Amino acid sequence: MDFILAALDYLLGIPVLGWGMQVGFVYKALLLLVSLLVFTAFILLAERKIWAAVQMRRGPNVVGPFGLLQSFADLIKFALKEPIIPGGADKILFLLAPLLTATLALTGWVVVPLEPGLAIADINLGILYLLAISSLGVYGVIIGGWASNSKYPFLGSLRAAAQMVSYEVSIGLVIITVLLCVGSLNLSDIVTAQQEMGLANMIGLPQLTFLNWFWLPLFPMFVIFYISALAETNRPPFDFAEGESELVAGFMTEYSATPYMLFMLGEYISILLMCAMITILFLGGWTSPIDLLPFIWIPGVVWFVVKLSLVFFMFAMAKTIVPRYRYDQLMRIGWKLFLPLSFGMVIIVAFVLQLTGCGWHGGMA
Amino acid sequence: MRATQLVNILLLTELVRAFGLTMRYFFSPKPTINYPFEKGHASPRFRGEHALRRYPNGEERCIACKLCEAICPAQAITIEAGPRQNDGTRRTTRYDIDMVKCIYCGFCQEACPVDAIVEGPNFEFATETREELYFSKEKLLANGDRWEREIAANLSADAPYR
Amino acid sequence: MTLPLFFFYLFAIIAVGSAFMVISAKNPVHAVLFLILTFFNASGLFMLAGAEFLALILIVVYVGAVAVLFLFVVMMLDVDFASLRQGFLQHAPIGVVVGIIFLLELLMVAGSFVVSPEVTSAAVLPMDGVDNIRAIGQVLYTRYVFLFQSAAAVLLVAMIGAIVLTLRHKSNVKRQDPIKQVGRRPSETLEVVKVKSGQGL
Repeated sequence: MDFILAALDYLLGIPVLGWGMQVGFVYKALLLLVSLLVFTAFILLAERKIWAAVQMRRGPNVVGPFGLLQSFADLIKFALKEPIIPGGADKILFLLAPLLTATLALTGWVVVPLEPGLAIADINLGILYLLAISSLGVYGVIIGGWASNSKYPFLGSLRAAAQMVSYEVSIGLVIITVLLCVGSLNLSDIVTAQQEMGLANMIGLPQLTFLNWFWLPLFPMFVIFYISALAETNRPPFDFAEGESELVAGFMTEYSATPYMLFMLGEYISILLMCAMITILFLGGWTSPIDLLPFIWIPGVVWFVVKLSLVFFMFAMAKTIVPRYRYDQLMRIGWKLFLPLSFGMVIIVAFVLQLTGCGWHGGMA
Repeated sequence: MRATQLVNILLLTELVRAFGLTMRYFFSPKPTINYPFEKGHASPRFRGEHALRRYPNGEERCIACKLCEAICPAQAITIEAGPRQNDGTRRTTRYDIDMVKCIYCGFCQEACPVDAIVEGPNFEFATETREELYFSKEKLLANGDRWEREIAANLSADAPYR
Repeated sequence: MTLPLFFFYLFAIIAVGSAFMVISAKNPVHAVLFLILTFFNASGLFMLAGAEFLALILIVVYVGAVAVLFLFVVMMLDVDFASLRQGFLQHAPIGVVVGIIFLLELLMVAGSFVVSPEVTSAAVLPMDGVDNIRAIGQVLYTRYVFLFQSAAAVLLVAMIGAIVLTLRHKSNVKRQDPIKQVGRRPSETLEVVKVKSGQGL
């Protein structure tokens, strides 16, 4: 009985045993879920607007003022359509795959600190957890492609599997360089480290926090991480898993209605997760870019969301700027360019840190 | 590999230049017509939805000569004719156009000696079922009444070139 | 029953159940997916034992990379199940022998805790007040540094061996060098020749 009461207290915040620990876990999770979904809805619209603007179109502008409610209209339409399960498909896995994608993408957000102390679970190994979650994202794609019992989805999922596994390696190495500088795997610590050390402090202008962030000293890693993140989330120019001109819609060919929506939702939430990772690792998380009066009044969450949106803008622009790669060139970049580069960078960063004694060391000496 | 190329690769100059180019288009004015609210200009010769016209006194123009039926390349027009009961003039008892077959070539209005069948300026007559696209005489006459002003204006605008 | 105990039983039951499904599932893809579920629950058990780093590394390495490649291969197999079943009875004795040996070994491991209780005391964390990853690092790079490095060397040799076995350089195959292609300039590759009429080159 005891554990049920403890669980009640932890999950719902009902202080049965009189130790009302905290706000119930469920409420926090629900708040995060709802705000994340609403944010995703507007991010989807923003992306369509960005693509439209670059192609000199107007984009969706009919539903609601400036088309603001377009995503919600799409949601209703997806939910009301009939989900079609192809004959010969593995029914359970076919429906499990989109659920897996969406759930995994949402799970990653548990550890993201939006402000000091404002993470649902501020665990010690946060960044490793994020890496683990993002490496699992490939399963939704593989299972979905295989369970469809169709050729194009299968080819798409094969491509996705190889692609995501290869780019995970360079992402892992890039994360290691940041971890070397920080000396901690906790996401909040990574952000704090970017406040307390860095170029701005070195040149004696600690107000210019944006010079402190890791994007400047680790610029090559920043670029590699950005490109690898594009590949990891199957975004153009690396969207081979769905490659419209080659594979119809890749692993999503056989999907319709709500399962399709879950795939899209999971995909976009994991893209946002990647943007959040870039924000935390390289752009100083919740810290304001200039440590002066009008800027430090703005709460950290706002800064976080602003940076997140900026990174997402770059994600969306990548689609408009760059044409799709050829598959073997994608593999070439991943294994022959990014892997040696990031590996060399790990060694260089380790050497520099060891020689100069810089680095944050998790607050310890 | 030359030094300049190395510098270009390392500093991502191509990407930066491409970003600049896309941003220029990003802020440029959009040429798109906001369709359901604004419409593009249509020529007076535009061949849209069919209509059967009437004379100003309300008498229908069609004399059931069946020239349109004869010329129609898609054989979309079906006409049955007979004398009208009250005055015995030759009129159509049935004038059907299968809009699913129609290819909008405009031969029917070219063939018509009395400008009865015309293709009007309307192009927004999409329907949810096929049956609604089998236009009967009543439907065509109603179209004529509805679009008479635009059709007449278009015909007079095009008249000098015929 | 406490909360950790509840989760231990939950993870343990699902792990054993899905491990059983790995060998009994008819479809090899299902078997691999059950294997992944087993990995997950194993990592949950690690987490409960306080080894968060091992738990997450298990997910990153085994689930995120190794099992993906497993799945990759298994998906592309065109297995004829009927022919696989044919030799079942012939191979059964070997399987039984291996199973019995494995069971005995497991019993010996478990029995050692009963026979000599001091074994359990050796299994506690080497350092107190130090987080998981730091503890592993300190042990791995001091006491076991040679073992660690030689394990890495073995893996490297295996990787190089696999590459050497499959790498074939054909002299008559044109290979692409994107950097060279992108860096080409018209002055290096194009030559404009004025040809007088009636003469040719």
